[in-house]
Amino acid sequence: MRHSRILKDGVATDLVSAVNSDQDMTSTEWLAATTGTVFGIALNDKALYAKLEPSFHEKPHVNPPTRPVLHIKTANTHIGYGAAIPAPADGAPLYAGPSLGIVIGKQATRVSETNALEFVGGYTVVNEVSLAETSFYRPAVKAKCRDGFCPIGPWVVDAADVATPAALAIHTYINGELTHTTSTDQLRAGVAELVSYLSSFMTLEAGDLIIAGTPERTEQLALKAGDTVAIDIDTIGRLENSVVIESVSKSNSQAERV
Amino acid sequence: MKRARILFNGQVTAVTVNDNNDALLADGTVITEADANWLPPCDGKMFVLGLNYADHAAELAFKAPEEPLVFLKSPNALLGHRKNTYRPDNVDYMHYECELVAVIGKTAKNVSRADAMDYIGGYTVGNDYAIRDYLENYYRPNLRVKSRDTCTPLGPYIIDAAEVADPHNLALRTYINGELKQKGSTKDMVFNIPFLVEYLSAIMTLEEGDMIFTGTPEGLADVQPGDEIVTEVEGVGRLVNHIISESQYLESL
Repeated sequence: MRHSRILKDGVATDLVSAVNSDQDMTSTEWLAATTGTVFGIALNDKALYAKLEPSFHEKPHVNPPTRPVLHIKTANTHIGYGAAIPAPADGAPLYAGPSLGIVIGKQATRVSETNALEFVGGYTVVNEVSLAETSFYRPAVKAKCRDGFCPIGPWVVDAADVATPAALAIHTYINGELTHTTSTDQLRAGVAELVSYLSSFMTLEAGDLIIAGTPERTEQLALKAGDTVAIDIDTIGRLENSVVIESVSKSNSQAERV
Repeated sequence: MKRARILFNGQVTAVTVNDNNDALLADGTVITEADANWLPPCDGKMFVLGLNYADHAAELAFKAPEEPLVFLKSPNALLGHRKNTYRPDNVDYMHYECELVAVIGKTAKNVSRADAMDYIGGYTVGNDYAIRDYLENYYRPNLRVKSRDTCTPLGPYIIDAAEVADPHNLALRTYINGELKQKGSTKDMVFNIPFLVEYLSAIMTLEEGDMIFTGTPEGLADVQPGDEIVTEVEGVGRLVNHIISESQYLESL
């Protein structure tokens, strides 16, 4: 089954539909398909890692990472299918981040790799949008936590309906044109290893999401205002969003005091 | 007003806190500080400042940064007042960090420094434990160091911003088993609260309940199972925490 969250009469509402059923995508207001904490895994793509590996022996890194490299996509980044991704008004380049999303199905504390898949409720499509990744030394809050920088959806597909999560093709389309192809077989750490590792020191809750890994942010993934970007993952779905220039509206403390 | 949350008859319950640090239910029932089951007083995004006191940066052999060093925590790390934090087996250095936490009071985007304090709803005390053995030079400080289960006591309550006359002139103190170990003042922050609200709200929208952990001064020390750790911010609150071993923690799950 597929599990979505939509806005119905102004209220967030769960929507369950059969896998492969026809869905009217345009007349529905889709919310981010998950509501929990969202963790991202950096440097988890084989080719990206191989390219950067020599620099991991130099300052400031000194040594290659011994564990998966984690970051957090804050709640303000989460948006649904069809919502607009705001591009910085200063014109800073931004990039799509096509990735499989691993959705936790039940609370997981210190689960083994052998048992980890029992704690996966399903899978979704994530576009882990980022400004240019110029450094992996300090936390990338500025590059990764802007409003709307994490489309999630349109739905979560039950794990039981995804036979081969380790071999799913991922296609990125910008303005309808196929610009990038990868696959979940390009992940360094796989689904079970990631769930086990994160749960070794952080209790994962039902609805938490792990963004499995994004490829190098090449020009094939570059976005600009006016673009439409779609990430399509075999068996899971197609996540489409527009890119707009961020409005520079300010909070008005005077008005809010009234 | 001091506002907190306790677990009462199995329910998350909003309470106010009196001058004895007891919890008051809406109907006036008093639950003493020792009897209350304290929860973290808010939930929201958690921003934490690294190296935001020049003396602490020097202590760690770093220059104070030219731009705020902000990292994030996930909610699993939060713990209420008078709870247990576990120290993993076989680590060499786990230390506390006493911090003033500014809590956002209303939605904030592109807020200027001049207006920033209007967006602070209140303050609380955070203890941002770190396990230095797990530091790696990728998104440093990495989540394994800073976002661990039980590793961020918060509370006991949020005190309204209006009751803290100058948040940039408050003594910070940490005691291990009653012995004063860390002492500093919020006047020594490198980037102060208005700067941080402007900086963060230029990147993203802040919401009511979001927390800014403003960093810690020098005076770090190792903590061991059995220790009582008290982190205190003058005029804000006194947050008590106990260290347990990993095996005690696993038995409690």
